[in-house]
Amino acid sequence: MIRTILAIIVKEFQQFKRDPKMFGIILIAPVVQLIFLGYAATLDLKFIRLAIFDQDNSRQSRELVKELEAGEIFIVEKYLSSYSELEENMQSGRILVSVVIPDDYEKKLLRRETANLQLIVNGSDGNAASIATGYLSKFLSMYSQKYTIHLFEESGMRPPPIGTIIAEPRVWFNPLLVTRVYMVPSIVGLLLSIITLILTALAIVKEKEIGTYEQIIVTPIKPYQLILGKLIPFIILAYAAALIGLAAMWIVFGIPVKGSFSFLLISSFFYILSTLGLGLFVSTISKTQQQAMMIAIFAVLLPMVYLSGFAFPLDNAPLFVQIVSYFIPLTYFFVVIRGVILQGNGFIELWDEALIMLLMGVLILLASAIRFRKKLD
Amino acid sequence: MPDNINAIEVLNLTKRFGNFVSVDDISFSVVRGSIFGFLGANGAGKSTTIKMLTGLLNPTSGDAVVAGYSIKKNPEKVKSSIGYMSQKFSLYNDLTVKENITFFGRVYGLDEKSLQRRMLDAVKIAHLEGNEDRLTGSLPGGIKQRLALATAVLHNPGIVFLDEPTSGVDPIARRGFWDLIHELSDKGITIFVTTHYLEEAEYCHNIILLDAGKIIAQGSPKSLKADYLKFPILSIETDNLISAMQVLGADLNVKDISVFGNAVHLITSMKENNESYFSELLQSNSVLVRHIKSVEPTLEDVFIYLLEHKN
Repeated sequence: MIRTILAIIVKEFQQFKRDPKMFGIILIAPVVQLIFLGYAATLDLKFIRLAIFDQDNSRQSRELVKELEAGEIFIVEKYLSSYSELEENMQSGRILVSVVIPDDYEKKLLRRETANLQLIVNGSDGNAASIATGYLSKFLSMYSQKYTIHLFEESGMRPPPIGTIIAEPRVWFNPLLVTRVYMVPSIVGLLLSIITLILTALAIVKEKEIGTYEQIIVTPIKPYQLILGKLIPFIILAYAAALIGLAAMWIVFGIPVKGSFSFLLISSFFYILSTLGLGLFVSTISKTQQQAMMIAIFAVLLPMVYLSGFAFPLDNAPLFVQIVSYFIPLTYFFVVIRGVILQGNGFIELWDEALIMLLMGVLILLASAIRFRKKLD
Repeated sequence: MPDNINAIEVLNLTKRFGNFVSVDDISFSVVRGSIFGFLGANGAGKSTTIKMLTGLLNPTSGDAVVAGYSIKKNPEKVKSSIGYMSQKFSLYNDLTVKENITFFGRVYGLDEKSLQRRMLDAVKIAHLEGNEDRLTGSLPGGIKQRLALATAVLHNPGIVFLDEPTSGVDPIARRGFWDLIHELSDKGITIFVTTHYLEEAEYCHNIILLDAGKIIAQGSPKSLKADYLKFPILSIETDNLISAMQVLGADLNVKDISVFGNAVHLITSMKENNESYFSELLQSNSVLVRHIKSVEPTLEDVFIYLLEHKN
């Protein structure tokens, strides 16, 4: 019985060996994906491109612009002379914020009135826009505070002592608030999903397509032997890819696994039970590799990734989406991966997620195995 | 295998796909150790029948006893007592000869010792001595088929099912393949083979002709010729096939005509002096007759006659 399963596993690896391209993809893909995603999937704003429309062109307005340029965050790309020019530049997308200084700017300041500035923000990328306005508001409030103190000094008065409230944030787990740190660990989750879901489905359907499946199911092999023999090689490959991914994460991005490594490995196994089951299911409803690929990617993998909090945090999603996400094993796996790798958690904090994944996995795998019969129709 | 003269007994076997009846209530039996030919055009239901008998498909109704086990109640027992070679090449092209044999041997539960012994036999049957480490995909078609058959009998099954084993194989290799089938039959293995090459049917001990899911004739090649074609057959070579067909088709003594290569095969109800009669008939209609002679009916004659007169 175990000999039959072993015979299939040996056969699968002999076939892997004959297809070095696929082997290469499995071994190199993790590293390449990790690097691409790590560098590309960043929501951080390094600098903000500004255009200045100075209608006032006074000593005060030039002072403000000089101060803006002095910092490291703002880059003044353009000096504008009309609204039409401003529109043109905003439209081209190169300018994130245009600062309009009205022609009464200096006059108002000299009259000790409040001077207004207009900020025109490109809101196409909402995230960047809100970060940019945040930086500008902070800059202006500090600038204005400095200006007030300067006025006091000029008039020979001492500024009255005022106590202010200052928040001192200490960011944990990802102290520099780099998006990459949040994204990269989840790639391990993606890798495991791709190998166990897509490659498993393809490996079974390929045999149907070339006709060897018929030859196998006419042998006295038991369905569970066939399933185990087909799945175990991909479990091994999945772990190899995950380990390579984790190593690359540490070497390339300096993100080590902070928490319990063994818990990460065990909960990964619980997780892939469900993706293996889904792969098996896809193989039962597809006749060709092309069909299997399409179904696995578009009907299973993409929805799973979008609804599991890989790209968008689920806290802000509509209630319906949140409810759906509770039924997706990947949601729990992302929590586990981030928890273990970034927060240094383990069994004590994450046992409930692991348990849910185990239950879901066993259920999905069993259901698919029942569908998977040794018959042709 | 239980002591029974028949290796296969089929009773009212039917398979429907939706409204389409692929196999329509057929019954027959196959004598142990014989070569049984299952013939018919594409879509006649040959492959569907073979898939039911090997446990790959469930019958809609009816049953069959294969190697002593019901295909309905004991499909897994059936599977371990038979060998099967499917229509598509069914070994792994990306494995070597040895790896393929090892894999299927283990799957059939051979222990390592008998596996080694059977491997030698199989390699010999396939004429692959010294080439055990070649990739199966790189072998010529005829050798591949021999290897597939050798692999199908690794576990010494009592019955082997061969689904169109010679399609796409060149004529010389086909001849050799049939010699191999006879060798296996001499060892007592029952061979159930489908083919659409009618001349191959001559090599079988017994034949069934299937059309649209129904059996339309059965028997040995000899008895089929004797039972179904009681009329003489003439082979006429002429330069003008079309005019010859027209002239002959209008004659009342002609039962059937068909084209065989560059000759016309004619079935006639006329028992005596038929050669001179038809020769004169054609000459008088200014169709030049090169050669005319009585021939032994081939199975092809029988089948064409049967398919055209089945109603």
